[in-house]
Amino acid sequence: MTHATPQKLGVLKPVSPKPALRRFHQASWDEPVIFELSSAGQRGVLPPEPEAAVVDAAGDVFDNLPAGLKRKTAPALPEMSQIHVLRHYMRMSQENLGVDLNIDIGQGTWGMKYSPKVNDQLARSHKLSELHPLQPVSTVQGILEVMYRLEEMLKEISGMDRVTLQPGAGSAAIYANVAMIRAHHESRGEGEKRTEVITSSFSHPSNAAAAKVAGYKIITLPPDADGYPDFEALKAAVCERTAALLITNPEDTGIFNPRITEFVDLVHKAGGLCSYDQANANGLLGITRAREAGFDVCHFNLHKTFSTPHGCGGPAAGACGVTKEMAPFLPTPTVEFAGNSYYLDFNRPHSIGKIRPWYGVTGNMLKAYAWIMSLGADGLREVAETAVLNNNYLLNKVLEIRGVSAPYATGKRRIEQVRYSWEQLANDTGVHSEEIGFRAADFGTHYWTSHHPFVVPEPMTLEPTESYSKEDLDEYVTILKHIAEEAYTNPEIVRTAPHNSTVHKIDQESFDDPDAWAVTWRAYRRKLLKNK
Amino acid sequence: MDTIRHAIELGAVPEALQRATSSLLPLSPVRDSLEVITYPLEMGETSVRGAGFMPRVIGKIRSGATTAEDTQRAARELCALEVDLLLFAGGDGTARDVCSAVPAQFPCLGIPAGVKIHSGVYATNPRHAGELAGMYIQGKARLREAEVLDLDEDAYRNGRVGTCLYGTLHVPYRPLLLQNQKAPSPASEARQAEAIAADVVEGMQSGVAYILGPGTTTRAIAKELHVDKTLVGVDVVRDGKLIAKDVTEKQLLDLTERGPAGIIVTPIGGQGFLFGRGNQQIGPEVIRRVGRGNIIVVSTADKLRALRLQPLMVDTGDVEVDAVLAGYFSVVTGYKERMVYKVIS
Ligand SMILES: Cc1ncc(COP(=O)(O)O)c(C=O)c1O
Repeated sequence: MTHATPQKLGVLKPVSPKPALRRFHQASWDEPVIFELSSAGQRGVLPPEPEAAVVDAAGDVFDNLPAGLKRKTAPALPEMSQIHVLRHYMRMSQENLGVDLNIDIGQGTWGMKYSPKVNDQLARSHKLSELHPLQPVSTVQGILEVMYRLEEMLKEISGMDRVTLQPGAGSAAIYANVAMIRAHHESRGEGEKRTEVITSSFSHPSNAAAAKVAGYKIITLPPDADGYPDFEALKAAVCERTAALLITNPEDTGIFNPRITEFVDLVHKAGGLCSYDQANANGLLGITRAREAGFDVCHFNLHKTFSTPHGCGGPAAGACGVTKEMAPFLPTPTVEFAGNSYYLDFNRPHSIGKIRPWYGVTGNMLKAYAWIMSLGADGLREVAETAVLNNNYLLNKVLEIRGVSAPYATGKRRIEQVRYSWEQLANDTGVHSEEIGFRAADFGTHYWTSHHPFVVPEPMTLEPTESYSKEDLDEYVTILKHIAEEAYTNPEIVRTAPHNSTVHKIDQESFDDPDAWAVTWRAYRRKLLKNK
Repeated sequence: MDTIRHAIELGAVPEALQRATSSLLPLSPVRDSLEVITYPLEMGETSVRGAGFMPRVIGKIRSGATTAEDTQRAARELCALEVDLLLFAGGDGTARDVCSAVPAQFPCLGIPAGVKIHSGVYATNPRHAGELAGMYIQGKARLREAEVLDLDEDAYRNGRVGTCLYGTLHVPYRPLLLQNQKAPSPASEARQAEAIAADVVEGMQSGVAYILGPGTTTRAIAKELHVDKTLVGVDVVRDGKLIAKDVTEKQLLDLTERGPAGIIVTPIGGQGFLFGRGNQQIGPEVIRRVGRGNIIVVSTADKLRALRLQPLMVDTGDVEVDAVLAGYFSVVTGYKERMVYKVIS
């Protein structure tokens, strides 16, 4: 499909009323990889030669470098002028559908909410960006106060007794939780005996991955007919080897497990601990807490829930909340308050040590702090209620579209996201979910196609968060509806999409094949260009 | 342009003709670069001509009265002509006939046209079969091993319905066009099976005879032990050595009398039977003697997902044994990975 050019349209008039579907067309620059743009001798910035007096005083600075650290050859960096670098990245940005550009609800499980720009400005302020982690504590009281107060807020939100902000992402926070659980069992002489961690199919796969990295055997509970983790399977799985239950709730289906306290109780009875993955907390703020559900440890994604969208929309940061029994194992250092000043406590003999260099992702902490402060307790609850309302509005609208369904818990409301299925549409038309995603890009929207563990056939996961308006949701539904109609009447147009976007079709098979991976320029040259 | 030789072979299901024709339509644009070799009339010729191709026709049939032998003969003769890809239309029965006739690892692909299809050798629909064939010929799709499943005749004679594994075929693979969309890729499938094998072998105890049921996952365990396993038969290993191959129930009964034994089984695709289909050699008395606690169930996570996480089934012919087997099994899905999975009788 091509768009009418202005000539074909005659006089280009303002479009009124607003079109049902955008006449989107993405820029396509055929831009080479930056290394291919290199031109010998080009430089972005040419600093002036140092004056003779400076050279005399400083000598050759490279002389002081240990020989072992000196490279024998210069790094093969692209040589480019500043304008060429700028142009390159501006072009790349135009071949993108960033969170500030599109209705980013098609990236379910990622909480692509709006991060108020003022929070970004605060995080970029020189007052924060020019701090150095090795500065004396007396000179960084401000950021320590922010950390301390943010921890206090997260304690209130989770109900837990202590919080650490050190993990660099949700997965790192889960890993910290598993490491603390392992330290707890070791401290009781049960480290050898407790070798198994239980999780569920629809819990985020980072739970299984983190526990595996920590050396545990992973036991997964499949969903029961209603989509809840199978409680009977849990009964069969729990034993004296159980170290922990690591579970997401609501799971990535958006279904909240109403029996969660029974799960927790059963594991506790066997001497195991329970870790609550609250990265999906956006629909729960001010409504339920890990503490009341009986968990020993929990984690939040500061990105996703507390300002900063997920993924490339900003760096990640995780926070763990723990009961006082688990507090001795928290990563080092902790931020403490001594009545009139803040300090970092490194003297923590039972600590699991460091999860990340320094103290965490401070920019995200500041954004989260600003976000919570601007909303207040009532505002947080309103965020959750709006996110849930948006999701259930969207659910009703999407289910009116031909060929789509929402498997499990039929007729029940969902929390903050829904994993839908286009199975009917695929059976009727041969068009797959992934192809719908390519077609969605033709209308300027992003639609994600990674839905582990791929139990739901032809999956689509939408998470509208609180940030999108009713008009945004309606526009997204209009696009999906249009594509579904195309699939039934003219499937070729969907199957051959994208037509107006620069999205590329990726050979999925190569994802599983390390021989096909080229994650560096050097590997790309060796494997694909067959150079060197 | 390279001449690519290409063969069409059909089972004798009437609507298969139309389906085979539609499968060839995506190949029309490259028609002139393909040489199509096929069997007469309803065994390929009619469909091929219907799609506008001029095939080379070999063999002889009695039109209107073709049998499974015709399918097998056609497959054999077309392979002998070294076609690049053998396309066949039908269901599980046809896949079985082809499987019994073609040499190991010969590239084949099924056009779905039969009433029952459990085998993973068929494309999702006829058009996809043509597209997949085209991609394979252009080097854009690799081969993978897929299971040929069909009615378990032994069980059926005893009034019980189910599928069992009859062998495998090597079929071209592209994520969207074969079976379910997220069918594992050849690389990930093989790695999952290797991971399972590493776990199981690590846990094997000395002096215990392990009865290995049929399937590609159990075969991976044998491979880890460097022993050669039959794909559809039941074999026995002890202390890392193959001690019996393709055994009968009687042999297993003798074996379980002589010393400690374990059973390693994987659900057979399609309906997900654990015992009682395709592995009847491991009969109820053998299971009783080995004991539930010494049964290791293995399955790639993808296979369980393909079953939509529906319960596995047992039907050993002995209600007591079935009742003991029912409940939950901790299925080995990877290295140090388990799924607690429901089994019903
Ligand atoms: C429920 C859940 N848990 C954990 C994670 C992992 O977080 P991260 O991507 O920051 O490692 C995510 C990621 O989105 C998630 O959705």
